[in-house]
Amino acid sequence: MSTTLPFVPAETRTNYLNADYGWKSWLFATDHKRIALLYLFSITAFFFVGGAFAVAMRINLLTPDGIFTHDTYNKLFTMHGIIMVFFFLVPSIPATLGNFLVPMMIGARDLAFPRINLLSWYIYIAGGILTLTAVFQGGVDTGWTFYAPFSSSYSNTHVILAAMGIFVSGFSSILTGLNFIVTIHTMRAPGMTWNRLPLFIWGHYATSLIQVLGTPVIAITMVLLGLERVLHAGIFDPTVGGDPILFQHLFWFYSHPAVYIMILPGMAVISEIVTCFSRKAIFGYNFVAYSSIAIAVFSFIVWGHHLFVSGQSMYASMVFSFFSFLVAIPSAVKVFNWTATMYKGSVSYDTPMLYAFGFMGLFTMGGLTGLFLATMAIDVHVTDTYFVIAHFHYVMVGGMVMAYMGGIHFWFPKISGRLYPEGWAKFAALLVFAGFNLTFFPQFILGYQGMPRRYAHYPPEFQVLNVMSTAGASILALGYLIPMIYLAWAWRYGPKSPQNPWNAKGLEWEQSPTPPPTFNFEHQPVVTEPAYNYSGEEQEVTLG
Amino acid sequence: MADSEVILAPQEAGLQHHFDDSAQQLESSTLGMWVFLVTEVMFFGGMFGAYTVYRNMYPEAFASTSQFMNVTIGAINTSVLIFSSFTMVLAVRSAQLGQKKALIAFLVLTLILGCVFLSLKYVEYHEKWVDHHIPGPGFQYADSRYTHQAQILFYLYFAMTGMHAIHMIVGAGLLTTLIVMAARNRFSSRWYTPVEMIGLYWHFVDIVWIFLFPLLYLIGHTK
Repeated sequence: MSTTLPFVPAETRTNYLNADYGWKSWLFATDHKRIALLYLFSITAFFFVGGAFAVAMRINLLTPDGIFTHDTYNKLFTMHGIIMVFFFLVPSIPATLGNFLVPMMIGARDLAFPRINLLSWYIYIAGGILTLTAVFQGGVDTGWTFYAPFSSSYSNTHVILAAMGIFVSGFSSILTGLNFIVTIHTMRAPGMTWNRLPLFIWGHYATSLIQVLGTPVIAITMVLLGLERVLHAGIFDPTVGGDPILFQHLFWFYSHPAVYIMILPGMAVISEIVTCFSRKAIFGYNFVAYSSIAIAVFSFIVWGHHLFVSGQSMYASMVFSFFSFLVAIPSAVKVFNWTATMYKGSVSYDTPMLYAFGFMGLFTMGGLTGLFLATMAIDVHVTDTYFVIAHFHYVMVGGMVMAYMGGIHFWFPKISGRLYPEGWAKFAALLVFAGFNLTFFPQFILGYQGMPRRYAHYPPEFQVLNVMSTAGASILALGYLIPMIYLAWAWRYGPKSPQNPWNAKGLEWEQSPTPPPTFNFEHQPVVTEPAYNYSGEEQEVTLG
Repeated sequence: MADSEVILAPQEAGLQHHFDDSAQQLESSTLGMWVFLVTEVMFFGGMFGAYTVYRNMYPEAFASTSQFMNVTIGAINTSVLIFSSFTMVLAVRSAQLGQKKALIAFLVLTLILGCVFLSLKYVEYHEKWVDHHIPGPGFQYADSRYTHQAQILFYLYFAMTGMHAIHMIVGAGLLTTLIVMAARNRFSSRWYTPVEMIGLYWHFVDIVWIFLFPLLYLIGHTK
């Protein structure tokens, strides 16, 4: 990295990476840090599988007539959605960075239930295998939303297998959330009061609440869908008295909160990065902390905005629209407070901060276009168009994946004990930002002009914007591949990292060696100051 | 380094390395179990939600199915489960007092009651099979006005009682594990957390049935 590094003695300290070797020490690991790495590698694999489907789609959309058949294209976007949502975005930050950092940040030796933590990884892999089996058997063509009655009665693809994959992997998400909630409640170090928790912890606490409350509902929805496909009893089939809208209600009762499972951990990471690289305490700690909880609460009362054109009661839609606008308040609180944190801060432009800048800009665009969609009249115009696609990719990719990349870079020295090449990293971060905008901004215009989502072909007048989008996707893909390469290189050959290369605050940097030992700390950590005390002012010590 | 950490932890019964003391471990286990039960409430809640929607849409059809439900067996099963909750409580109490024989006896009794419930459930399912009340292509219903709508009720009946039965089977497995652990002297009056946790689970599964019985069996018997 650019700053001068203190000399690191070449001592061989026992840490979690060299404490034990061999495949057994990994596959039967109960150390949360090793499980985090198991998740990291599996999630990266799924990210590239899901990405490959996206690449195929973008290639198809280069020309108005495409190259794939309609059936193939249906399967491509379905598998892209299922894998990216359930096997990358939902577990991405919580299961990797969260798993690694939640115990360290609160000063615990491990999560409350280490074996359940390992179990959650096996469940995730089992769900992934089921879903990949569905892919290799020929895929699913229902869209990741599985809308009935097409999915329950008419589609002749491998719906049950994919639904089982989602059902199973959901339990991995539940167990991670359960573990975090219990750990944060019962295992904080002396002096780590709720109001001293890093905002990373608040974000993960809110995420865990949603995982625990929402995921069981998608599980039972998938069970009902699978049973209906076997029995054909007609529970979602309107021709025999079933209610297909009920499926949508059940589905979105989880899947809308799920988008906050996907963004809250991203916000949690950004709060850490922005404070560290502004050398300032977060502006309005309480507001940022409670806005996470507020988002988690609101997330459960807005699902109906996915049903504005499904024949839902107009009055229900008005209520859902109102609550959807309300979500903007805690989200905006966060963005404003990050901005205010940087104000008069000593801002530096290291790679994690570049990703944080990207997050703030792109998430703001994604969030504001979400308000367009929460407005019923505009939603009718842009429902099921590329406007929606662009909106949620701005939040999910521009927001969450940016935060994920930023977080991986920020904590890479902690995780691997090595430094990554800063020049390459900055270059890749800029590529990601440029590629992302070139990919998805044209889709806002396409959608507003009326190009519907999920179509393999389109009228020729849309071609220019689609070519721009595909070109952007190529840059974006490069931007994701380069970090893969230099991070893998740095893990082995990078210069050794000092304990706290960023001079960051937080137990994981200040009181734990890098890389950490198996039980995280050499001495029981004690917290005597609020989070992000970058000003270094003396704080009154209130223990117990 | 790693070894020294392990030794630092005091040698209390059943205490795992990453907890400071038994009180913290018990608090974690208890909170974890309650959070898990919350997820179970949401899981069954999805089906209760679907039930509510369809019952409001088709009240007459749903009421008409009551005459095909075996209320006698349902009532017996309800009392069997309530009684099994009582024996489970006694098992937890015996564990608290460190009475091994009483603990095993009450656990076995709870397990037997659970098996009685499942056997009676099997009898009921068999009746439904004979009467062609299994949802699907072979479904037949006496009142032709309500065939499709009644089929939805029976779909929900099988989904809800089936999920409940799966939870009962899991519970029976857990009870068996507890019996084996108790027989091997794993529990003492100082550490019996698994008995308490599985007790909570057992009560939860019983409570689900307390809701299922009136909603599925008794809705037509209003006169």
